[in-house]
Amino acid sequence: MAIDFKPSGADLELVNVRKDFPGFTALQDMDLHIPAGEFFALLGPSGCGKTTTLRIVAGLEEPTAGQVLIGGKDVTASKPHERPVNTVFQSYALFPHMTILENVAFGLRQRKIEEPVKKAMDALNLVELGYAAERRPQQLSGGQQQRVALARALVNRPALLLLDEPLGALDLKLRRQMQIELKAIQMEVGLTFLHVTHDQEEAMDMADTVAVMNKGHIEQMGAPEALYERPKTAFVSKFLGQSNLFVGSIVDSSASSLSIEVGGHKITVPKDRAEKQTGKICIGVRPEKTTFHRTKPNLGSDHVVVGPGEITDIRFTGVSNQYLIDIPNVGDVTVFAQNVGISPVIELGENVWVSWKVEHSFGLSDLPVGNEDE
Amino acid sequence: MKRFSVSKLTLPMYSALAMVFLLIPIVYTIAFSFNDSTKRTNTEWQGFTFDKWLGVCAKPDICESLGNSLFIGAVSTLIATVLGTALAIGLVRYRYRARGAVNLALFLPMATPEIVLGAGLAGLFFNAGVGAGMTTVIISHVVFCLSFVVVTVKARVQTLDPVLEEAGRDLYANPNQVFWKITFPLLLPGIVSAALLSFSLSFDDFIITYFNSGSVETFPKYIYVAAARGVPAEANVIASAVFIATILLVLVAQINGAIKRKRLLKK
Amino acid sequence: MAFAAFGSAPAKEHKTPTKSGKIVLALLMPGLVYLGLFFFTPLMSLIVTSLEVPAASGAIGEYEYGFAWQNYVTVVTDYMPQILRSFYYATVATLIALLFSYPLAYFIGVKLRSRPMLQRMMLVLVIAPFFISFLLRTIAWKQIFSDGGAIMQFVYSTGLMSTSDHFLGTDAAVIFGLTYNFIPFMTLPLFTTLERFDVRLLEAGSDLYASPAAVFRKVTLPLSMPGIISGTLLVFIPIAGDYVNASQNFLGSSKTSMIGTMVDADFLQTQDYPLASALSVLLMAVIVVLVSVYVRRSGTDDLL
Repeated sequence: MAIDFKPSGADLELVNVRKDFPGFTALQDMDLHIPAGEFFALLGPSGCGKTTTLRIVAGLEEPTAGQVLIGGKDVTASKPHERPVNTVFQSYALFPHMTILENVAFGLRQRKIEEPVKKAMDALNLVELGYAAERRPQQLSGGQQQRVALARALVNRPALLLLDEPLGALDLKLRRQMQIELKAIQMEVGLTFLHVTHDQEEAMDMADTVAVMNKGHIEQMGAPEALYERPKTAFVSKFLGQSNLFVGSIVDSSASSLSIEVGGHKITVPKDRAEKQTGKICIGVRPEKTTFHRTKPNLGSDHVVVGPGEITDIRFTGVSNQYLIDIPNVGDVTVFAQNVGISPVIELGENVWVSWKVEHSFGLSDLPVGNEDE
Repeated sequence: MKRFSVSKLTLPMYSALAMVFLLIPIVYTIAFSFNDSTKRTNTEWQGFTFDKWLGVCAKPDICESLGNSLFIGAVSTLIATVLGTALAIGLVRYRYRARGAVNLALFLPMATPEIVLGAGLAGLFFNAGVGAGMTTVIISHVVFCLSFVVVTVKARVQTLDPVLEEAGRDLYANPNQVFWKITFPLLLPGIVSAALLSFSLSFDDFIITYFNSGSVETFPKYIYVAAARGVPAEANVIASAVFIATILLVLVAQINGAIKRKRLLKK
Repeated sequence: MAFAAFGSAPAKEHKTPTKSGKIVLALLMPGLVYLGLFFFTPLMSLIVTSLEVPAASGAIGEYEYGFAWQNYVTVVTDYMPQILRSFYYATVATLIALLFSYPLAYFIGVKLRSRPMLQRMMLVLVIAPFFISFLLRTIAWKQIFSDGGAIMQFVYSTGLMSTSDHFLGTDAAVIFGLTYNFIPFMTLPLFTTLERFDVRLLEAGSDLYASPAAVFRKVTLPLSMPGIISGTLLVFIPIAGDYVNASQNFLGSSKTSMIGTMVDADFLQTQDYPLASALSVLLMAVIVVLVSVYVRRSGTDDLL
């Protein structure tokens, strides 16, 4: 069976994919399109179905319904060894009974490519492990094994490279380093990468496009900044970074904005940033977009002001301070303030007002759990 | 404050004595293979000699019985290992509803007394009109070796992470290639252990063989018959040779494994 | 379970993938069909034969199908001494084997964990008797304990026994031989279980004010149960069916005949196939009961 190996990456399409396991549904209504040459991240908590999606693309699982298309070709019925796809496994899955070189050359040999040894050495040199070619996987450290797994997949120039949380077992420093290297390699070689992770920083840092998955389907997909600055669902707003969420019924609507009333305060969102525009809606704002004031500030209608409330918790995280403010009839509001000075600017127990610009508000399409309409 | 506790020594001392006890018949058998016995019964020490070792086939039938035992052992091991390895992989890797029943079905041959199996098989062959001989012996041996092979290989299959085979398929190996290039090499130590175990069980088997071999002489049969009048020293020679060969094999395998492990630790 | 000791690495639990039914069948069928043909069919055949009646022609060794349940009655009445003796020997031998093997297995499995090379060597020595023909091992003991041998001479000279008594041919001799021959079958399962035993549990026990004896009774012993039961089954069952040790040419005499001796005699000498089969079926039935009790308690996963 001729596999079409494009010199650069191919695009991936999932059409209406569904996967049922005995007892539960792992994936439903999965629609996905990844353009060729892109670094795509699939982000979500454990159990959301991201690994299942990966395995379906690799051919290690069969979808209950739906299609998988690689480079425009329907590969749903193809076996893994018939697809131009390679996987970097979470546990690396290096063959313990072969040397590093033999591991990397394995795919080439199976496809009967010429000069497998030379090509394998080139791949090992790319990940700076040429000197270890004759060693066994057990003799390498976790970081080194991870690079071998990468080389083993890359050397086959697959149209699509799948990475299943490959950096999970590495310590922070090594992980950061590998993130930079992976991104550099992807851009240099021009392959399509599908990276599965639960680490949102990693996803936002490396990917061109991020898809947030929850309970078997994609909740929101887009460029990292777009996703971050304008989350569309409560789940995304909480999973990606932190959010302050306010729920209320719409009391005011102008040409360009909507407002809800919460505990006597008016919270406004621009209409072009609001997913839902009728009835009870949820408006949110990122904590780093907020500021607190010791006295009630006098700002224009382009700001939202809530307060007063008592500071109930202060957390020092090095770069910033996180303040938790309890505003009566509203709830807890979190404020991130960058540490631009040395001494603390405010104490526990003080009363403050919180404000932010209306243009930073975002309106969600659903309500947080527990706030549903009766 | 160091306290010299007697209790710390009792366990090692007991174990050492226990080992000595276990080895007594072995030492005895090997010693008497060097006995310059002229009488039929090899019970009195008459002097040290290598004669019996050099002329081991001097007694009629003894080498023929050894040859038969080796042949039967080899063939039954081959069959039992192939069938058993397939069973072991199937048991560990796949989900199926009758798992409990299959486990039980494979356990029963190990739990069945040889006398029951021997008599049953003899009856079966008799009713089927098959004469007792080489074929029936081999068939019988495979029956009791099979479960032991399954158990040994199963333990090894359980250490095999299925993700390795998935990686193989991901890297363009079709199922056949995945088995021979990845699964089989990694299972090999277990398969070899199982084969050795199966061979030992077959070589040493007496009761089932006795019921199902007809006129075919095996080494244990020879000894059983000879026990009435006197077992010649040549039998001791053969048994000692088998023992030494097996121990050497096992030692070599252990040392080999240890060297490999030491080499892997050098980073 | 015992033979996991032969495996070279500890078993890790991996997810069982749900794979296609076709491959499973191809893997399991040959072996299972083989067992069906050559294990279960003989057992059925034994049951059928046990119910046969002597042929109308009256020829020796000729039988016809029937429902002679009285064969079982005959077996139980005629062979009660052998049946009782077999289970008596098996029980005593199993107990002694357990008492002998447990400290040894504990030493190798727990105390020698820090020295894997030594541990492996000792394990090899424990199974070493395996590698010498079991008949020759038994003969060796027979010759060691013979009246003219050094041991008996010593015993006679000290007056412990009179020269008209013997060791060979007694129940004790047979039990001795049976115990010796099956010690590896008890030691290996015990070793497998004890090798996985988490020693920190002993420390926890001491930390919670238990004396060493109490720790053993309440922590070590219960946790080594799987090995104990496995070893007991692997020893008790073959011993119950053995007859070589008890035979006159080895360690026994005409007074130590067991179930196996009778089956051998009936089957191969007097050609009384129904009787031999009935006795075998009876023995098998007892064993199936024992195994079912075990399975009901612990399930089938540990069997293999």
